[in-house]
Amino acid sequence: MLEVETPLLARGLVVDAHIDPVALDPATARGARYLQPSPEAPMKRLLAAGSGPIFQIARAFRAGESGRLHRAEFTMLEWYRPGMDDHALMDEVGELLRELLGIDTWRKRTYTDLFDELLGIDQHAADTAQLAAVARAQGIDQGDDARPTGRDTWLELLFATCVEPRLDPREATFVHDFPASQAALATVTASAPPVARRFELIYGGMELCNGYQELQDAALHRERFAAANARRRALGKEAVAPDERLLAAVEEGLPPCAGVAVGLDRVVMLALGATHIDHVVPLRD
Amino acid sequence: MDYNTSDLRRGLRIELDGEPYVIIDSDFMKPGKGQGIYRIKCKNLLRERVLDKTYRSGDKLKGADVQEQSLEYSYKAGSAYVFMDMESYEQHEVLPDALRGAEKYLLEGMKVNVVFWNGQVISVEPPRHVELVVEYCEPAAKGNTATNVQKPATLQTGLEVQVPAFITIGDVVKVDSRSGDYVERVSKG
Repeated sequence: MLEVETPLLARGLVVDAHIDPVALDPATARGARYLQPSPEAPMKRLLAAGSGPIFQIARAFRAGESGRLHRAEFTMLEWYRPGMDDHALMDEVGELLRELLGIDTWRKRTYTDLFDELLGIDQHAADTAQLAAVARAQGIDQGDDARPTGRDTWLELLFATCVEPRLDPREATFVHDFPASQAALATVTASAPPVARRFELIYGGMELCNGYQELQDAALHRERFAAANARRRALGKEAVAPDERLLAAVEEGLPPCAGVAVGLDRVVMLALGATHIDHVVPLRD
Repeated sequence: MDYNTSDLRRGLRIELDGEPYVIIDSDFMKPGKGQGIYRIKCKNLLRERVLDKTYRSGDKLKGADVQEQSLEYSYKAGSAYVFMDMESYEQHEVLPDALRGAEKYLLEGMKVNVVFWNGQVISVEPPRHVELVVEYCEPAAKGNTATNVQKPATLQTGLEVQVPAFITIGDVVKVDSRSGDYVERVSKG
């Protein structure tokens, strides 16, 4: 696998409703420039250009993220495997953590199964009102109940507050097959109901990675970017510029591949038994 | 003043259901591709009550107009306690309800931290350690030198504390105003 290094400065982005980029000199004639929120776009351009399997350890920047497990500037380990599928890539992440953290085994659970097991709800069928009721029954005291929210907002809230924290921290759990509405740039299955071939690893009480069976269809990229920007506007945020060079590269052809990003600071936290991300980075944010 | 979720941090004063709270703990979490979530633990400034709240990125919170001022305790007028701003000589009368026990540590001329909410005094914090004269306690038990034997004592402000057996009437003792515990004897009476 080839190690690559791509620019930290980006002219366009993978549009994400809830990831706020750090924007630079937005007034220039060529449009906005950003510090990359992840190396996903440039790495996919390399894949489309025929790079073969690649990895990179890169800095990523996300405005407004600060907390026990978050810093606005953090380190990501991201890699892509042409010809590999999402399940094989989950196992590869598991093998890496066997090396780094000494985990023995890992299990794979679908998002749907975990919602059923831990909250007793069918995430495909439950509507917004039912999800809101479950959140209230679980003691999630929402600050502002009156604000209109979508189904996904409730699912995300329940996942973060009632599913993730209830997974045994000593057990590495890959959660996979996310709701199709939360696909980001993962492929969505043709099954009924459809699911997104996206996975996350939860271990030690934290989310360590996010991976996809990568979407290859260029038109679907544009659709998802437009939907994410629409959601941004609905949330009162600025739309961001889609990465046109990524879209052009996908148009040319992204090979079938799976890719994953690992939050490296969190892996270091687990290796050292640190309780705050600030403890594993030498200087404060 | 309104706050955004990104302003949420320990020590911030906010208003919830018409009452002032101070944030005592906060954490930011963000599920993979989901919306950021802020969880806070906050303490009611009017009474003993702690709440856990969950906010989503972008929610707005109302700030509580809470001010702190250092005032001097002057005297008691009827049931009210009078505090004075030593710069403007403005006087503030405070009823025992808002003092919540702090009156048992007040000595005339003492500098205290007074907390106002919307211009009303909601609490008074005496200094951490206050020295008070023992007004009454049982005589020292002869021959009992064990330091862990305690007895009740009434201090000059009416405060009751457990003191070691060797304390006698007229002694000055140091008391912790937060825990209400005896700390040490300052001088013999």
